Amino acid sequence: MFSDLIQYYLENTSKYWSYVATHITISLVVTVFAILIGIPLGIVCAKLPKLSGIITGTVNALRIIPSLALMVLMVPLIGIGRFPATIVLIIITLPPILINTITGFLSVKDSIRETAIGMGMSAKQVFLEVEFPLALPLIAAGIRTAVVEVVATTAIASYIGAGGLGVLVSSGIGYGRVFITLLGGGSIAVISIAADLLLEGVQNILTKRMGLVE
Amino acid sequence: MKDKNIPAIEFNHVYKCFPGMKTDAVNDITMDIYDGEFITILGSSGCGKTTLLKMVNRLYDYTGGDIRFYGKSIKEINEVDHRRNIGYVVQAGGLFPHKTVRDNIATVPKLLKWDKKRIETRVDELLDTIGLDAEDYRNRYPRSLSGGQQQRVGIARALAADPNVLLMDEPFGAIDAITRTALQAEVQRLQEKTKKTILFVTHDIQEAFKLGSRVIIMHEGKLQQYDTPDKIMLHPANEFVSKLVSADDPIVRMKVISLGAIMEKVHGDIDAQGIFKSETSPVEETLPIFLKDRSKVIYVENAAGEIAGMVSWNQIANIV
Amino acid sequence: MNWIKFVEYAQKHTDLLVKCLLEHIQLVGTALFISLLIAIPVSLILLRLKKISQVVMALLGALYSIPSLAFFSLLLPFLGLGKKNAIFVLVVYSQFILVRNILAGFHQLDKNIIEAGIGMGMTKFTIFTGVQLPLVLPVLIGGIRIAAIVTIGSATIAQTVNAGGLGKVLFDGLSSMNYIKMIWGTVYTAGLALVVNWALSRLEIYSLKRAEGRLGNAG
Repeated sequence: MFSDLIQYYLENTSKYWSYVATHITISLVVTVFAILIGIPLGIVCAKLPKLSGIITGTVNALRIIPSLALMVLMVPLIGIGRFPATIVLIIITLPPILINTITGFLSVKDSIRETAIGMGMSAKQVFLEVEFPLALPLIAAGIRTAVVEVVATTAIASYIGAGGLGVLVSSGIGYGRVFITLLGGGSIAVISIAADLLLEGVQNILTKRMGLVE
Repeated sequence: MKDKNIPAIEFNHVYKCFPGMKTDAVNDITMDIYDGEFITILGSSGCGKTTLLKMVNRLYDYTGGDIRFYGKSIKEINEVDHRRNIGYVVQAGGLFPHKTVRDNIATVPKLLKWDKKRIETRVDELLDTIGLDAEDYRNRYPRSLSGGQQQRVGIARALAADPNVLLMDEPFGAIDAITRTALQAEVQRLQEKTKKTILFVTHDIQEAFKLGSRVIIMHEGKLQQYDTPDKIMLHPANEFVSKLVSADDPIVRMKVISLGAIMEKVHGDIDAQGIFKSETSPVEETLPIFLKDRSKVIYVENAAGEIAGMVSWNQIANIV
Repeated sequence: MNWIKFVEYAQKHTDLLVKCLLEHIQLVGTALFISLLIAIPVSLILLRLKKISQVVMALLGALYSIPSLAFFSLLLPFLGLGKKNAIFVLVVYSQFILVRNILAGFHQLDKNIIEAGIGMGMTKFTIFTGVQLPLVLPVLIGGIRIAAIVTIGSATIAQTVNAGGLGKVLFDGLSSMNYIKMIWGTVYTAGLALVVNWALSRLEIYSLKRAEGRLGNAG
């Protein structure tokens, strides 16, 4: 089986790497958009307690629904293909970033905020120098969770036309050629673990530099 | 700025009503605080003492009356600039956990755009003042400091831009008794050295009387009494004050009332020999002497070391 | 697409939907049952082995972070297609959640309470059953709830290795581009997840109230 796998790889090298590239590109694009939407939305929510309650509740309920179900539900609405898949992936990836941003900002103690104001910081300075840095470790944790989820869900999104390494998994099973599935599945696992380790490192540096752990 | 006739802080019929509340949190407060005074604000929780303090640096805006800062209504001063001119110390230091000791202390100087060198020098100078080794502590994060050390840094941070006025909101509330005593002594020493005007909120009666040159007693938003510890103890303004400070309790009276307040004044130069005490010493310090021999006379010296009066057992018996 | 077709489909194919639902519940139930059988004794042992427990948690965490699609496919050479493969992966995922929660539950116990128990002369066994267990129960149920939600989700993807269940409805709907089937699949899947979450949340809250002594009397 292993020799089959190597032979397949040698014969399809460029095709394999284009799957890898697609998978990583989609994951990155989705993450960037989820960050661009999730962080500002989270900040707004944190400033408006009523809104944050509603949004947190809705988002947490959404998180309970399996992502495959959400993905399939969106098909009648926006169809299949790379673009719709990307939209669905952004929706599925948003929650950890959004929730962690809200939690991050809400976890900044009022007393700290008031001290900063009391010392003469302007609203902008309080935000940039106190609130955001203190919320950052939690936001980073949310991004890390999101990235791991994106890599996994992008694999499943191959079933709604996203492309990427999930295609290898399904076609391997479809043709009864397990080694192709193995190549796809193994690559997804490696990307996921690598991304997780990389972000864990970033997160540790961030938390340490903030003096939040010894 | 430092005209002795103009109060540093002047409350003029100040009211504060929080939205949705039926009663005023602060109700018709009028009082003057002069440069160099150490004022403690005493009261139980919810009496309006913290509200009173936070109106001074406009964390809360008053809803009636006016507060003047060196003669100028604080509503006419840009609030951010105004706050940078006032040192602010909160419970447990209120240090920013993500900033080093240096960056915490440098907060206001940075806001005021001091140059780097000046900030560095100032930080080291202040660390020296509060008794922390600059080399050792400059780059530490608050988390690695003890509660007492955090509070010291909090005070250094408030002093950084050399403000005339310092607001302290129950700064030692969360600190153990032994460390608290040391910190109180330090604040006292600092105030005597720098002559800052200090407004110090506390719910600890002993702390209020020990530190305050004058004490403000608040209850249900109203000013009950504003006077020196001696006068409050000797002439409590009302039943509430009397009960709060246990003005009837001879032991408490002896601890608070100073010799200067009860001594028989003497004029002119006398060549006294015998036992000397400072006019700021509490009455209780004479007790060991009088318990041995009631016929003794104790001479009372003022700050300049001159004899200002004398105390005999009769005066003590009178107040006890 | 209109409502009539939507209802018609349900009238015609409820048998299939319910069959897949039951199959899904069976898949998830089996996986959770096996998971608990392993996780409880493993956690109790790990409680006494601090260093080993760190290693085990790191390992379980790494396994947990493997995407389900990848995990199912990596096991194909060993377990082949079908339910066996699916249940194996689902059990591995649940181990991380359950063991983590059980350990956390025991670690958060107030040492004073246990010491008080010892001080009053309770035996280790009575302390465990009478004090520790009721206090850990809410956290354990919380772990089961999260594990159940994750397992319900991952089990849909297990259809890629022909495990059956509601994943079959979803994937069949997709491959035939049958919108009505897709929506019914979604309704059943989402419904199952939400109902299970609701039920276990109630149980969690109930056990928490009992542990905190807030049952019965007001306040």
